[in-house]
Amino acid sequence: MADLPAVVSGGWAPVAAGLLGALAVAAALLDGALAGRAAGVRSGMGQPAGEVARLLRQRRRTTVAADRLLWRIGGAGLLGMALMIVTVVPLGRWTLFDLGVGVVWVNALDVLAWAFVWLTGWGANSAYALVGGYRFLAHGLAYELPLMFALVAPAVAASSLRVGEVAAAQQGLWFVVWMPVAFVVYCLGVVAIAVWGPFSPALGRDVAGGVTAELSGVDRLLFLAGRYALLAAGAAFAVPMFLGGGAGPLLPAWAWVLVKAAVLLAGLVWLRRRVPALRPDVFMEVGWLVLLPAVLLQDLLVAVVVIGG
Amino acid sequence: MVTHLVFWGLAVVAVLAGVAVFVVNSMARASYSLALSFIAVGLQLLLLQQLYVGVLVILMMVMEMAIMAVYMNMFMGMNPAMMSMNMVHGARHALPVSVGVFLLLAAGALFAPWPSRRGSPPADVTAALGMELMGPKMLAMAGVGVVMAATIVSGVVLAAHRTRYDRFGDDLRRPRPADPQPGGVGR
Repeated sequence: MADLPAVVSGGWAPVAAGLLGALAVAAALLDGALAGRAAGVRSGMGQPAGEVARLLRQRRRTTVAADRLLWRIGGAGLLGMALMIVTVVPLGRWTLFDLGVGVVWVNALDVLAWAFVWLTGWGANSAYALVGGYRFLAHGLAYELPLMFALVAPAVAASSLRVGEVAAAQQGLWFVVWMPVAFVVYCLGVVAIAVWGPFSPALGRDVAGGVTAELSGVDRLLFLAGRYALLAAGAAFAVPMFLGGGAGPLLPAWAWVLVKAAVLLAGLVWLRRRVPALRPDVFMEVGWLVLLPAVLLQDLLVAVVVIGG
Repeated sequence: MVTHLVFWGLAVVAVLAGVAVFVVNSMARASYSLALSFIAVGLQLLLLQQLYVGVLVILMMVMEMAIMAVYMNMFMGMNPAMMSMNMVHGARHALPVSVGVFLLLAAGALFAPWPSRRGSPPADVTAALGMELMGPKMLAMAGVGVVMAATIVSGVVLAAHRTRYDRFGDDLRRPRPADPQPGGVGR
């Protein structure tokens, strides 16, 4: 069994936040480039930077009788969630927060998306924004249980809820190889909490931008940045859970963690233009009749292997 | 020392957020005040080294309040512009009763002869708590959990407006159910 990651002092937290930010910015640039290519523009990479500059100097839009407190909490919350998730992700030999129940910690944080996205939709006092918020919750009812059971599989295989021990249990064989269903469902869950790609009807053009309909200026910037950060944090957490942590030839462990996270993140960003939007009402049945049984069977298989082997 | 201060700070937050549930005038604010109160309690449990229980309290309560907000808003038809909701009903009787119950419980907590600590906490306080609560009845409790889940499912099935005859026809021979709401797996 490999060495468990050592806890570093809290002074390194800004570095972890910086790495998360770098991944999120890279994701935004990649998305800009892909959007540019789809639109036939030569360099779409500059588009995200332009959007940031525009939003930073845009005046806040106000709506009548908005619930401003909850609106702001919701809009800024996604970024906070992403930051809290990466605290338990070991970067090779180091970790910020070696929590004994790290897997449940991440699970508790991903549930916060229910609160934050819905509150963002609620706070503006706008019908379209609220419709978007309910669309997200409808998606949530379908993706959350499969996501929870997908996180169970690596924890059962490692007989531990400590993220470092889950990563260390994959010496030789990565969990993604023998629990692919759990991995796919987990990735679907990450895409969902980031309101990304197939789960973007909550921000749909048919409801004038849904949850983001009335968001403007810095609030919009925070919400959008939070989505990219959540994608990045989800990809980073997949590394110790499914992709063998820092294991790999030549490069040091920390570099492998970043490489794997970046590759998975690029895949998730790319997915946006390849997968059609999942209608919440239609996806509900898929979640309960396909994903949930599939991932439960995966858990059963893993449990049998662990007990038998 | 810092732990003590944080613990008491969280206790104050939990109580004040709990009071806020009955003060604010919007369903969303009431729901999420309650969620905040539970999050503070969950963090207190973390300070008691009940890591699993604490994180689980936060997880369950945030999810529960999100669902509660959905139903409350669905059935009460609320939006932020018409904040006129009140969580207190029948205040004339309810207030004295609840104040009385609070004083009774608080008096119990303050005046009970708490035993002094013998020995030291076990290494895994969560496992110790589980053994203390359930002990040899663990299997029975796990069985009760399954029975409860089955009861919920049967309750929903019995309460459902549409039966299998509506869906599959009187002789149950319809190959695809006639549902008003199409599903995603092509039935």
